[in-house]
Amino acid sequence: MDFEYFAQLFLGGLTRGSIYALIALGYTMVYGIIELINFAHGEIYMIGAFTGLIIASVFTMLGFPTLAVVVLAGMAAIVYSCAYGFTMEKIAYKPLRNAPRLSALISAIGMSLFLQNYVLLAQTSDFLPFPSLIPDFEFWEPYAHILTSPELVIIITTVVVMILLTFLIKFTQIGKAMRATSQDKMMAALLGINVDRVISVTFIVGSATAAIGGILIASHIGQINFYMGFIAGIKAFVAAVLGGIGSIPGAVLGALVLGWTESFFTGYISSDYEDVFAFLFLVVILIFRPSGILGRAETKKV
Amino acid sequence: MLKLRNIETFYGNIQALKNINMDVKEGEIITLIGANGAGKSTTLMTICGVTKARRGEVHFQGQPIHGMTPDKIVALGINQVPEGRHIFPYLTVMENLDMGTFLRKDTENIKKDLEYIFDLFPRLAERRHQAGGTLSGGEQQMLAISRAIMTRPKLLLLDEPSLGLAPIIVKQIFDIIKKINKENNTTIFLVEQNANLALKIAHRGYVMETGSITMSDTGENLLSNEDVKKAYLGI
Ligand SMILES: Nc1ncnc2c1ncn2[C@@H]1O[C@H](COP(=O)(O)OP(=O)(O)O)[C@@H](O)[C@H]1O
Ligand SMILES: [Mg+2]
Repeated sequence: MDFEYFAQLFLGGLTRGSIYALIALGYTMVYGIIELINFAHGEIYMIGAFTGLIIASVFTMLGFPTLAVVVLAGMAAIVYSCAYGFTMEKIAYKPLRNAPRLSALISAIGMSLFLQNYVLLAQTSDFLPFPSLIPDFEFWEPYAHILTSPELVIIITTVVVMILLTFLIKFTQIGKAMRATSQDKMMAALLGINVDRVISVTFIVGSATAAIGGILIASHIGQINFYMGFIAGIKAFVAAVLGGIGSIPGAVLGALVLGWTESFFTGYISSDYEDVFAFLFLVVILIFRPSGILGRAETKKV
Repeated sequence: MLKLRNIETFYGNIQALKNINMDVKEGEIITLIGANGAGKSTTLMTICGVTKARRGEVHFQGQPIHGMTPDKIVALGINQVPEGRHIFPYLTVMENLDMGTFLRKDTENIKKDLEYIFDLFPRLAERRHQAGGTLSGGEQQMLAISRAIMTRPKLLLLDEPSLGLAPIIVKQIFDIIKKINKENNTTIFLVEQNANLALKIAHRGYVMETGSITMSDTGENLLSNEDVKKAYLGI
């Protein structure tokens, strides 16, 4: 067996998995708190990429150095996506919080279609070229044939985001409130937690990680369009379910497993069936572990 | 301290509370007794703002609170231990207690309160790193009450704390309720189906039937009232 090829596939899978993880976090956190599959989450990621593109183009034209462009584009994408995520919850989900779950799900699908078409009309249906924001680092040159610099940045960014998120959830007041709210909303309220605010923050945090994912992948692949959120969203959703929806470590694990599955199957068997393998794998895992790899048994909610 | 005036609460079209008037004085233990489905829990949820009253007013220390969200009401010093205890199942005993201090900033006193609780319930100290969901029913009730104590409430609402517990544990819990009323001057609003026990420790009691208050008197008088005896004391 060719070790270098194996390493390439392994790291390629890790990169893909990282991106899926950044998006899957939003699905799993929102589900953990309000038990809603936010179908419009992929669109938040797409909007992040579009915002990043617009801001990056403007500042590149103005002659800003690359690092400044990356930071500005990233911040703008995060702020914009967060604003969308926050607003989406307020107008599409909050009014339906006590409605049957199917209503909220339909509202989510509606939101997804609305945002896709809104970007389609406001921007374009064509693929837009996305500048490669991440340069090839000289110091990384010797390893670039197994893992490119942009891929390295994707993996490192994901790790940093995960560490920050873990810190947020374990050690901050809002993190405590999020954990309590996800386990028992009424009791959280009875202890003085503002549940509406916790839900808003959850949408904002999920949107921020999705925006980071959107920028990274767009810069890596080099093009974006209004539909990009749909496919990536479905994959990330699969990752979240695979890991056990509602579980944050589960989403990360599910995303990595999915990334590696796709990478190894396409690398060793055939690249035509990438999505088939991914979904086949999902089905197999769910047959043996219906609540996902790290999912809690069905009694989760009271 | 707490006043309910002409409270009417509905679930959809079904009226659960009809023209409820109640008064709780500072430092009292009052009890609300009544059969299953009478509207006792709804009364507590209405006070806490979880279920909104359609008509009527709730005043706490002279301030109207019926329009407030639950978190604002808690911040005023009202805390409820709801029916079924509602322990966070995946948080440890310590983390559950910690949730009680969510709105508090007085770190020093929090430490003291924690010691007070571990003194009250040594069982909880032993199990402090265990997940809440793995405790027995009695331990969960102790934890639920302790978590409420950690909020330092002025008014503590307890919804059927004796439900499903062995008599010996019930006695222990009722002793503690008396104790926190005496030692911390915490006002207690106790909802119970176990009328005998509740009326014995309460200064005053209210009897509720299908959404209305039908009687109110001192605990002693209600205990010796013929109607109460027949309906709630099984004598
Ligand atoms: N969430 C709810 N939705 C609809 N009806 C409810 C709800 N909760 C309670 N009820 C009804 O309101 C009435 C009073 O209930 P409750 O306050 O729980 O009584 P109690 O605590 O005295 O047993 C009952 O008839 C009950 O069926
Ligand atoms: Mg009840």
